[in-house]
Amino acid sequence: MPTEPGTGGTERFVPPRIDGGREVLPLASRKPLAVVGMVILSVYILLAAVGPFFVADPVATDPANALLPPSLDHLMGTDNFGRDVFARAVHSARLDLTLGVVIAICAMVIGSAIGVVAGYWGGAIDEALMRLTDIVLAFPGFVLALILVAVLGNSTLNVGIAVTAAFVPYFIRLTRAQALSERELEYVDGAKLAGNRSGRVAFIHVLPNSLQPSLVTATLVAGWAILTVSGLAFLGVGIKPPTAEWGVMVSEGARDIDAGHWWTSLFPGGMIVLASMAFHFIGDEFGGREA
Amino acid sequence: MWTYLGRRLLVSVVTVAGIVVVVFFIMRVLPGDAAAVRAGPYASEEKLEQIREQFGLSDPVPVQFVNYVTDAVTGDLGTSIRTGGEVTEELLIRLPASLELAFYAVLLAVLAGVPVGVAAAARRDTWLDRAARVVAVLGSSMAFFWLGLILTFVFFFKLGWFPGPVGRLGITTQPPETITGFFTIDAALVGDWGLVWEAFTYLALPAVTVGFVLSAPIIKIVRSSMIETLDSEYVRTARAVGVPGRQVLFRDGFRNALVPVTTAIGIIFGYMLGGNIIVELIFAWPGVGRYAYEALRVNDLEALQGFVIVVGLLYIVLNVVIDFVYSWIDPRIKLGQKVVA
Repeated sequence: MPTEPGTGGTERFVPPRIDGGREVLPLASRKPLAVVGMVILSVYILLAAVGPFFVADPVATDPANALLPPSLDHLMGTDNFGRDVFARAVHSARLDLTLGVVIAICAMVIGSAIGVVAGYWGGAIDEALMRLTDIVLAFPGFVLALILVAVLGNSTLNVGIAVTAAFVPYFIRLTRAQALSERELEYVDGAKLAGNRSGRVAFIHVLPNSLQPSLVTATLVAGWAILTVSGLAFLGVGIKPPTAEWGVMVSEGARDIDAGHWWTSLFPGGMIVLASMAFHFIGDEFGGREA
Repeated sequence: MWTYLGRRLLVSVVTVAGIVVVVFFIMRVLPGDAAAVRAGPYASEEKLEQIREQFGLSDPVPVQFVNYVTDAVTGDLGTSIRTGGEVTEELLIRLPASLELAFYAVLLAVLAGVPVGVAAAARRDTWLDRAARVVAVLGSSMAFFWLGLILTFVFFFKLGWFPGPVGRLGITTQPPETITGFFTIDAALVGDWGLVWEAFTYLALPAVTVGFVLSAPIIKIVRSSMIETLDSEYVRTARAVGVPGRQVLFRDGFRNALVPVTTAIGIIFGYMLGGNIIVELIFAWPGVGRYAYEALRVNDLEALQGFVIVVGLLYIVLNVVIDFVYSWIDPRIKLGQKVVA
């Protein structure tokens, strides 16, 4: 419904207020979950950015203090090598968040570039690209990433490449669908008439206008990428011990749980889920509901 | 309808061929020495050479490709290095375990997700809707391994309500004779109700773990498609002529919302057919996912390759099936036509 003044829209036009941070309040009341997500994410970013300077060495072992329950000295207890679980979780925040965000951005950039090519030019290129996308989408993303790391070899870079590849098809589809409708709009004819070559029209004019759904999805993908990376690490694929990584920590801690030492696995696992939730709250509120 | 069926099958065959080619590309063409991966980090040069010979890796790539396709078409997915058995056969033995878990997990997700989604749509923008939304976000950002560990810790170690993560049945229990491969059904068919109960207790925790995660997309899709039908003109008309609210909700709203919901359930089930590696690992579930994990640990690439191909195939087959279920639920859809709601 249009809300411009004087057009007879049913909603009253409210000019945006920019006085002293009050514009945050409408967002908080309209999209409370997004704000919750942003707050959680801010805490994580703070932890990832400055946390590692304040906590203990994440790989320093101390067998005398192994498997201590959570206390003021060790907020999340110690694992069976006597390493501080909180210190490891904080170091891992830096690794996992960076991977999640970088993977989401790379997948969006690559996927939307391919998608705009398919959607804007259409024809045989489109048909070929979409068939290929269908094939890749026949594999669950996790399985695809797993097999790629298995072949490429265990390294953080290869995990990044594999998980990115698994998410690229989603962005191809989204951007293609958007570009298909964008190319019929008048500004595209205008850009062509102004003498732009078709490559320029596609990438400079159509692509930016086709990105909106991808931006929402990218937020969700950042959360899923963290789940995928830590899930692979849990299976011993990609990032390996003794690296401080949430999935590695859960995998190592899972062995202690039957003796009642729950903190070594449940805390890092909770960090994963909370981080992923923060991204989902934001993406969900900004239009990802039907995704 | 039959021309549509033919066309649909043709596209599926093309996709299946594509899957086979993509898997070959990943396994043999991508950088990374397949022989070195198989041989392990400490293999000598002679050992590598021997492995290259044995698996035909020293042949030119086109020759490898032809051999691989010929084998794949005849259903031969190679021999597992780990067990020495036929990969196809080993996967088929393990498939029922994965299917049974997938079936009950999807069933739980539907039984929980559909009512929650309908309620959220009927009470839009109330606390109930918000709560459903939080549950859906929690489900879609849940890590299988974390939820599985928590459930095991609480309901096995602490409360002792459910058996531990040792597989489909207790270690000393004799499995029922294989008829369908589903322990719950096979045991019921021979009338062993104690065994049926035992199979369900072992299924409970892994099925809840997977089911909770799967309920998230179901809640979201049910909610949004319910809202779409509830906002439609025929529902408005029904309300206007005085049809009771409950009847509008279920007869007019829910039935029409079923089409997108069925598609979603089909796709979700399709992704579950290949088993869930993480959940099968945590609960020692002897399915194809667990097989893939074991293969992964010893770099058994033949077995992994077979697993990936089977996962892709099952997904495509199920998609064709969904198309037909579709037309059965919604008589407006003649196969091959888009529904205009």
